Amino acid sequence: MATTTNENRESIIKSLKGTGNTILDELNKGDNPSVSIPLRTLSNVYFDDSDQLIKLGNKKQKRAFFNAGQSKKFMQTMLMAAQIKELLEQNQPALSTRQLYYILKHSIPGLKENTFDDQSTESDPVIEDIEVMIDYLREQLNLVAVPKGVMSGPITIKDMKTDDVIDYTKMGTAGGAVPPSVEKDVLQIKDCSADYVLVVEKFAVWNLLNQQKYWKKNNCILLTGKGQPARAERRLLARFGKELKIPIYCFCDMDVYGYYIYSVYKQGSINLAFFSEKAGTPQAKYLGFAIDDVKRFDIPRSSWIKLDKHDIKRLSEVSKYDWFKKKEWQDELKKIKEFGYKIESDALVAKKIEFTAKEYLPHKIENKLFLD
Amino acid sequence: MTSSIAKELAKGQRAISVAEFFEKNRHLLGFANKAQSLLTSVKEAVDNSLDACEEANVLPDINVELKEVKKNRFKLIIEDNGPGIVKKQIAPIFGKFLYGSKFESIGGKQSRGQQGIGISSVVLYAQLTTGKPTIVISKTSPKDEAHKFKIHIDTKTNEPEIVNAETSEWMKDHGTKIEFEIEAKYQESKQSVPEYIKETAVINPHAKITYVGPDNKKLEFPRVSEKLPKKAKKIRPHPHGVELGILKRMLKATTARSLKSFLTKEFDKVGSGTANEIVKKSELDPKILPRLLTGEQMEQLLNAVQDTKIMNPSMDCLSPIGAEILKNSVEAEYDIDFVHAITRPTTVYRGMPFQIECAIGYGGSLNPEGRVGLMRFANKVPLLYQQGACAISKAVSDVNWKSYGLQQSSGSLPNGPAVILVHMASVWVPYTSEGKEAIASYPAIIKEIKLAVQECGRFLQRYVSKKKKAAFEAAKKEKFKGYAQELAIALSKLTGKPMEEIHKKITEIADTKFSKFEEELDEMEEKSKVKPKEELEEEEESEEVEQNGNNYQ
Repeated sequence: MATTTNENRESIIKSLKGTGNTILDELNKGDNPSVSIPLRTLSNVYFDDSDQLIKLGNKKQKRAFFNAGQSKKFMQTMLMAAQIKELLEQNQPALSTRQLYYILKHSIPGLKENTFDDQSTESDPVIEDIEVMIDYLREQLNLVAVPKGVMSGPITIKDMKTDDVIDYTKMGTAGGAVPPSVEKDVLQIKDCSADYVLVVEKFAVWNLLNQQKYWKKNNCILLTGKGQPARAERRLLARFGKELKIPIYCFCDMDVYGYYIYSVYKQGSINLAFFSEKAGTPQAKYLGFAIDDVKRFDIPRSSWIKLDKHDIKRLSEVSKYDWFKKKEWQDELKKIKEFGYKIESDALVAKKIEFTAKEYLPHKIENKLFLD
Repeated sequence: MTSSIAKELAKGQRAISVAEFFEKNRHLLGFANKAQSLLTSVKEAVDNSLDACEEANVLPDINVELKEVKKNRFKLIIEDNGPGIVKKQIAPIFGKFLYGSKFESIGGKQSRGQQGIGISSVVLYAQLTTGKPTIVISKTSPKDEAHKFKIHIDTKTNEPEIVNAETSEWMKDHGTKIEFEIEAKYQESKQSVPEYIKETAVINPHAKITYVGPDNKKLEFPRVSEKLPKKAKKIRPHPHGVELGILKRMLKATTARSLKSFLTKEFDKVGSGTANEIVKKSELDPKILPRLLTGEQMEQLLNAVQDTKIMNPSMDCLSPIGAEILKNSVEAEYDIDFVHAITRPTTVYRGMPFQIECAIGYGGSLNPEGRVGLMRFANKVPLLYQQGACAISKAVSDVNWKSYGLQQSSGSLPNGPAVILVHMASVWVPYTSEGKEAIASYPAIIKEIKLAVQECGRFLQRYVSKKKKAAFEAAKKEKFKGYAQELAIALSKLTGKPMEEIHKKITEIADTKFSKFEEELDEMEEKSKVKPKEELEEEEESEEVEQNGNNYQ
């Protein structure tokens, strides 16, 4: 029932076994056993211009057993690696990282201490460490991140585990869930007649568009990750980008957080830089809401929200990221700073309930008014 | 205070009877209530026994027994192996206030009692509360018979009244046994007879003391040292320790015929040059008969004395216990892991030589929470009452104990599994009252006590931090052991190799590599280490009294 392909499974098992054997070799030589783990911090990511993705650098951190500060983390890393290997060998169903945390959490004999005491600060980071250490993604390690996204539109997928065929045109007002794993061995895109994919930042906006049958009238896939997307939505969008060969547009709030969510879909994130190649969608375009739209569509003043000091601070941070260095983005960021206000995509209903669906989106797409 | 009372009594002015005097002043003499009266009675008798034994070069062997006769009435029996008392001395020693060698002029030597009213006050207390005479049996040598006296005090004349005297059989070679029947209240906690006996045993390591309480339970405190303490030498008073009242008494008593000879004859460290200087400064007629000086002239003389530089008093007049013996004694009486003891050099307050000794015991079965046990001693006598008013408590509370490995809320006694023992040995201990329960806070005394406890504290700090470090490392080692076990399981799952083999390998490397692991621990600990505070800064020496001490007028 594992989500990973047999081929992947074998090579992951081999890789984990290799890590164990290297450590045994060190022990046999009388050395301090250690592993090297690529650093997952801003200082160790770079923006690759050629494929427009955020990538992990070469800086590595050594984690050794005979070191007072690292001893426990080293042990945790090995416990996690052994557990992942065992689950793969037993061909178990995919588990969540929380479930894995509970499997490994136990009191260490003779100590008043647990192997793991916290999921988010102890076991989750160790999982990410293993992902970068052996260069396989969590999804391939048979672990799932909890997805939250929904979509609708003219696309049919097949769940390879159940053989169910899912038609996203028949999902009603709720839309269809993005499956926890969207890897090829679980999800196959059977059929898609959409002309483009519209990613909407906010569920409320997506919900209104779905009720208005926007996807039907415009023949598109309507997808939301409900704010900052989880791994599954990003990975799914990346597959759409690679396999469907249709345009991908993002519709977010006109503020620095909206811009950044777009960039995560498009170029990846700092913490999961190793995931960008699998989950980035470089061809995605920013449809809006953008600063020029304020005048173009005469958005009433009542919909403007003054920028606070956090917005301004974040604006200057984001403008320094290499993946925001394009002139159009530097201009956008500069203009919003000068303008001094932000506008939520929800606010557009103030003009007219059907404004977004009937006027704004068609006009922008038709006239190719987007940022890259 | 007492000096003046004593003087009045000694002069035979009988404005009030001895009984009346005692009734009026019993709180000052240590008989404030039934519990304290019991303790004072034990204390006076034990002090006498110890003093007598030491005087005769006998290692003290003392039995104390307390029997409940009826509610609030006890029979107190104290028996020693001292030299005994010759027949004609027995009655006056016990039946006459202010009798005995202790009541001499100021100066003198280090001794337990100072006023010579101790034991007779117990006789009187017994007589006033139960009406029973005190029974004394004493024997001076194996070939002599023992004498048994039943004694009352004639409260009108301050003379002993012998109720009965007889010779008696006593199996002992020599010694004295006293029986009092007194009104008393027995308690077992703090300020109790057993506590007093225990502390007495600690501070008198050369004594063997046995105590049988009202419950028939026997406590034995064996002899820790076979060496008798060095005998304290008697010295004449130092001029700088003399106040008007004493000067007056000395002038009246002297046989000297001139001021100069009075000064050189009666005082320590006054030679003819110094005496000439004092007389000159006083602007008094050098030929004046000392006992004819007027009050005004006495003041002139005293001022001249204070204005003149005089050598420090003789320092060999004290008999400290000694650091080594003190240490052994604390070790013998307490279940502890660490002890350090020191004896400070002799120094001077108001012309009086004194010496501070300190011992700190730590760990073992001592209560790890709550206040430390503070034991105060003056001239080898435990001080159980008025802790708060005592210079020792003040000095100990004043030290920053956090630098020395103990907890403390500022300005109070420290907390932790420790006992702190402070002993002041002096020719004249400045008690805050006649009950001899607390030492007056002269700055010179406070300073010496602080220096003493701080020195012990430094050794304590070293011990505590070593112990903490060892505990920390042991805990880390344990942790590491646990991790190694988990790691072996994980590596076995990863590689398919037997877990035991891997675990053995890790342990093997741990043993050879462990020093590295420890080094890193050391670094971690280094950061959290608190540097002990620098030594107490030298204070200006000041001869002012912080609290009203004894003033001998």
